Amino acid sequence: MEINRETLLKIAHLARLNFSDESEDEMLQGLNDMINWVEKLHEVDTEGVDPLTNMSQEVNSWREDEVKSDISREQALKNAPKKDEEFFKVPKVLK
Amino acid sequence: MSAETNPTYQAVIGLEVHIQLLTSSKLFASDANKYGDPPNTNISVITLAHPGTLPRVNKQALELAIKMGLACGSEISQYMIFDRKNYFYPDLPKGYQLTQDRTPICVGGSIEVVTDQGPREIKLNRIHLEEDAGKSFHPPHTNESLVDFNRAGTPLIELVTEPVLHHPDEAYQLLSEIRKLVTFLGICDGNMEQGSLRCDCNVSVRRMGETALGKKVEIKNMNSVRNVRRAIEKEVKRQIGQLEKGDRIISETRSFDEKTGGSTSMRSKEEVTDYRYFPEPDLSPLQIPDDWLQSIKEAMPVLPKQLQLQLEEQFGFVLEDALFLTDSVEMHNFFDQAVKQFPYPEHILNWLKGPVQSVLNERGITISQLGLTTSQLGELASLTAGELSFSVAAQKILPLLLEDPSGTPKAIADRLGLLGSSNSDQLEPVVLEVLETFPDKVNAYKKGKKGLLGFFMGQVMKKTNSTVDPKMANELLSKHLN
Repeated sequence: MEINRETLLKIAHLARLNFSDESEDEMLQGLNDMINWVEKLHEVDTEGVDPLTNMSQEVNSWREDEVKSDISREQALKNAPKKDEEFFKVPKVLK
Repeated sequence: MSAETNPTYQAVIGLEVHIQLLTSSKLFASDANKYGDPPNTNISVITLAHPGTLPRVNKQALELAIKMGLACGSEISQYMIFDRKNYFYPDLPKGYQLTQDRTPICVGGSIEVVTDQGPREIKLNRIHLEEDAGKSFHPPHTNESLVDFNRAGTPLIELVTEPVLHHPDEAYQLLSEIRKLVTFLGICDGNMEQGSLRCDCNVSVRRMGETALGKKVEIKNMNSVRNVRRAIEKEVKRQIGQLEKGDRIISETRSFDEKTGGSTSMRSKEEVTDYRYFPEPDLSPLQIPDDWLQSIKEAMPVLPKQLQLQLEEQFGFVLEDALFLTDSVEMHNFFDQAVKQFPYPEHILNWLKGPVQSVLNERGITISQLGLTTSQLGELASLTAGELSFSVAAQKILPLLLEDPSGTPKAIADRLGLLGSSNSDQLEPVVLEVLETFPDKVNAYKKGKKGLLGFFMGQVMKKTNSTVDPKMANELLSKHLN
């Protein structure tokens, strides 16, 4: 699989990444190297093997429906770059 | 207006219904799942996506989702994983939503709707579990938005129908039925205004006889079942108008405008919606054990459809009355409790669908908000099953009961002198007094002016402040006049 410039720019947009035109070639090369390296896995026959979605072998690691509060609003807002007494503040977004 | 008024087109509609589950805590964390609390107070490090935190599934959310699937006859997936749906929005702290793409908890199933065209089974594609996002506010005159994460992580099921609806009214009936189901199952409060039940509609039109689907438009943000019907009606009309003009339909998402019933474009789907779903590695798979599934099946409540049939069979109610009593779980429970205490089903029904329902309509509330108890209504029904006049009781006793929740119908009726033989004894002198006051009119009546009976009734009512049973007054007047 070959990553072309169009795909690179699409991925960059989806990830909200900006880079200069000069570094595009470098990015393209790096991405293609990675894909080629991982593509080696195609050599393994996985016929009839379910995809592995989790490294642990456990199932049903669920919890009971109980309310436990772990942090206060004050603590929650502490790390926010912008806030008031009640809310997180972000650059204006309108749907 | 819908497609059937323009027979060259057929509308194709599918619904995506988001249902907030009535759990105590969130889907993947232990912070409270509660509407209306001060902003950012029901939060946790998991909900806020702090580094190094790991989600854990709420078992109760699985159970509630399974109940919905069982009620719809869906196949329950006994093996499941969650998937990440990747996109950026400030109310989504992780940068992805945890949802079920590959292994929805319920597959297939159907819900019956009844329209003018008769009953029809609406096929479901799936019901999957996912987490809700936070809420953003956009105050005017500033270049900042405010984010509240109380809702983030709230357990949702999303019910997706097949694109098999063809009329706005079918969509209306289906959504009403879904709301009824979730409230009878006790898995959601069904409140569309507060957003605990939300419905997105996928609408397209095509020429009659065509099998390929037209470009679909998604409409969001309807806050009532009625507005879902309005939105679809307008959208079908808009799309047909576009096609008739020779324009093409753009696949897009539109936001409903309550004032006009129309919608405005939010974003074009043709641009970028690439969610890059992949399995969530932070959650181990789920395997629903047979015995647990069995015990959920056994504990299923009776569904509204069955309750409706029971009412018809047990009490001989007609379909319309049975549907009235099973329209909401509150109404049904109220009736059920009242009948258990006072065995006058017919009279209780008449009270509920008549005077009580008109007060509810007037005040725009539900029966549990009215403040009337089942024993008060049951007692009222037992009195009107006897000699107390229904219309008098509705006019005189019910308003007093609603003013004074501790009052009993019997005590009020006694106080107003509406009960017992003393009532008839008290009424007779009033009747005689009226007749003695108008000897000329009595003569005219006796000579054949029978219409004067109404005049005498009016006088009796005036003297007694309308507290007497009109039937009894009528009988006494006739007795003394003839």
